[in-house]
Amino acid sequence: MPVRVQEADFDLSTEINAFRADRPEIGAVAAFVGLVRDVNVGSAVSGLTLEHYPAMTQKALQGIVAEARQRWAIIDALVIHRVGRLQPMDQIVLVAVASAHRGEAFQACEFIMDYLKTQAPFWKQEQTPEGARWVEAKASDDSAAKRWTEK
Amino acid sequence: MTVSVLYFARLRETFGMPQEDVALPDHAASVAGLLDHLRARGGEWQTALAPTQSYRVAVNQDMAEITTPLHDGDEVAIFPPVTGG
Repeated sequence: MPVRVQEADFDLSTEINAFRADRPEIGAVAAFVGLVRDVNVGSAVSGLTLEHYPAMTQKALQGIVAEARQRWAIIDALVIHRVGRLQPMDQIVLVAVASAHRGEAFQACEFIMDYLKTQAPFWKQEQTPEGARWVEAKASDDSAAKRWTEK
Repeated sequence: MTVSVLYFARLRETFGMPQEDVALPDHAASVAGLLDHLRARGGEWQTALAPTQSYRVAVNQDMAEITTPLHDGDEVAIFPPVTGG
């Protein structure tokens, strides 16, 4: 279960090809890519700085992937999260899940993203015309993560 | 006992430091005890760490609860709710 935190950008095709190489048992790959938008909570956003807690980030992401593996019969998962300075339209995060059939891949991919949003120690600071501001956590992200415990 | 306390994002800016070593009396050896100790400094500490504020605590890189015990040499991180992804 590869988990990477990096400043560098990633190429979706390269990552997915490497992820599923030589594994003919994989019948489905679901992938999610998160992007920087140019507007948030009514303000233009010219850039983003992503801070994290290096000693904890890897451990938290590994834990989330391990939880997904317990819940669904997935073959493997890949998480890449960028840190540092990013601009609108840049890729922030990739979550890819491989399984034999699509159902497990779709569900586990969404689960990993929902938990990453509420459990992994990353913080976004946006640059706006009014100055830099820390992004506030959203209640909708908490509800998204909670629905997995209610099932 | 002494614990290493890390601050991230807005709390790092509010407190003006990324890390400090905090000496705690043995009777305050929990997350709640550490928070009380820090709030007793007054000012920004009292305001930003008030129980009504939204923040999270991790002990040795795992999410912790208010009752989580602390031991000498532990790494405690205090940070705002996360906003990655």
